[in-house]
Amino acid sequence: MRNAWIICRKELHSYFVSPVAYVLLSLWGVVFGYFFWAELGVFLKYSMESQMSGQIYPMNLNEQVIRPLLQNVAVIGLFFLPMITMRLFAEEKRTGTIELLATSPIRDLEIIIGKWMAAMLLYCCLLLFTVVHFLFLFKYGNPDWKPVLIAYLGLLLEAGAMLAIGTFISSLTKNQIIAGATTFAVLILLWVLAWSDFSNAGWAHVLSYMSLVTHSESFMRGVIDLKDGIYYATLIFLGLFFTARSMESLRWRS
Amino acid sequence: MIKVKELTKRYARTTAVDHISFEVAKGQIVGFLGPNGAGKTTTMRMLTCFLPPSSGTATVAGFDVLEQPMEVKKRIGYLPETPPLYPEMETAEYLKFVGQLKGLSGAELQKRIDYVCERCSVADVRNKLLGKLSKGYRQRVGLAQAIIHNPDVLVLDEPTAGLDPKQINETRDLIRSLAGSHTIILSTHILPEVEQTCEQVVIINRGKLVATDSVRNLQARARGAESVVLEVAGRSGNLESSTVQQKLERVSGVSRVLCKNQVNGRAVFEIESQKGRLVRGDLARAVVESGWDLNELRPAAMSLEEVFLQLTGKEKESPAEVPAATGAQL
Repeated sequence: MRNAWIICRKELHSYFVSPVAYVLLSLWGVVFGYFFWAELGVFLKYSMESQMSGQIYPMNLNEQVIRPLLQNVAVIGLFFLPMITMRLFAEEKRTGTIELLATSPIRDLEIIIGKWMAAMLLYCCLLLFTVVHFLFLFKYGNPDWKPVLIAYLGLLLEAGAMLAIGTFISSLTKNQIIAGATTFAVLILLWVLAWSDFSNAGWAHVLSYMSLVTHSESFMRGVIDLKDGIYYATLIFLGLFFTARSMESLRWRS
Repeated sequence: MIKVKELTKRYARTTAVDHISFEVAKGQIVGFLGPNGAGKTTTMRMLTCFLPPSSGTATVAGFDVLEQPMEVKKRIGYLPETPPLYPEMETAEYLKFVGQLKGLSGAELQKRIDYVCERCSVADVRNKLLGKLSKGYRQRVGLAQAIIHNPDVLVLDEPTAGLDPKQINETRDLIRSLAGSHTIILSTHILPEVEQTCEQVVIINRGKLVATDSVRNLQARARGAESVVLEVAGRSGNLESSTVQQKLERVSGVSRVLCKNQVNGRAVFEIESQKGRLVRGDLARAVVESGWDLNELRPAAMSLEEVFLQLTGKEKESPAEVPAATGAQL
């Protein structure tokens, strides 16, 4: 585990020494900032109308602001996460530094987990931006914090699965653009699989069950459902497992 | 220290390394010599556990590369053809990272970083970004990285490629000074490098072992017959080279005279004699007695370059043995 941490620190270092992390963080800040402003604006307008008309509308910060915003965080993540993972292995393969890692007394799995952990930590930094926004809601309003916490857990699990897939795809190529674009396409497909439940056929249910979104819904509602947790854990495991196989095949092929 | 036996690496269509066997004793510097694409890098990658061999075995410090790769990796320092540097890291940070990867930590790691910085003369770029370093520094940081954990075996893939002559000399000196405490395998396609740095040489061509011997033996073996270079000048400024040639050919023991070049009344000849006959004295007398000036007379030592070309060129007929050379007719 010490070795995984060494790799993780090195990856974080290269995220934060190069402009990558700052560009992602600031873009994320701008995009999420706009979402927050728009969502809250709608809520405020609604609440004004409620007061003007003298009727009391049902108002709920959790349901009307936080939940849709967190769902949008997952959607924005869909665009940002491929950019976090695309360089993880592709860059090492292109510059040849993979040879240093592969000839050091350290297991492939430690390399992979270290890299994935670094990607997760960068995603946590992105999530911190959203937390800062919500703190204002807690200061001026009175939302329930428990479902928010569970929604964040769901976001982390979902991102973990997406990052594991991205890590795997990055290990398949030397080209960051290819890694990024492929990851984006795969994630978007996994996302919209949920739409296939328009059909009543059995396979359509299977497809829609495989979707990333299907399993985030219960978390977003503030419910921990074990089967959703297992779904994400399985994806994380599979992603990292296939990365390990891909690293091994690199040795047998190159 | 290193034992390689029948090592083979096959790819889908080609055999990159074909049943290579050699041994390296502790503390030696071995030159791994071959033209580009001969299989040097592939062999080194198998020794460093980067690539698994298709068949055959290789052991480093008593550990098999397939069975106990972790033990091998702990004992090997490897500098690939392009130094594996992260451009966004500073030299000291990078060395710290590599040191940690190799299992060092704390005060010991700090000590090793200071030591290798000093040793590879990269102390003055400790706090510079690797991406901004010149080629020479990059190579030396690569070397520093390879010796950070004080490995028993050093595998260096073309350590002087792309350096300027001064840097090449410095790097060679550095490598030579590392021998003794480390066993070194160094690949190159530059022959003088082997002559200057290595004790032992392994020549491969198209994946096959061509020769393995000490540098001195190899030069001697390829020399075979005596061959001398002779420069003659005419007294009056003009010289008929064909007359000189005829004269020289008549000296007893001479088997072949070749006029290499002729300018302004001077001519250079390469003369081969029969084996075991010393003809230099007779040649000198013949020139002087004919009234010409003898400008130069020296034995034509065959450079390793010629040996190499001879060995790799004749590889098709006799891959494993060194052909008895008859002279430098290259």
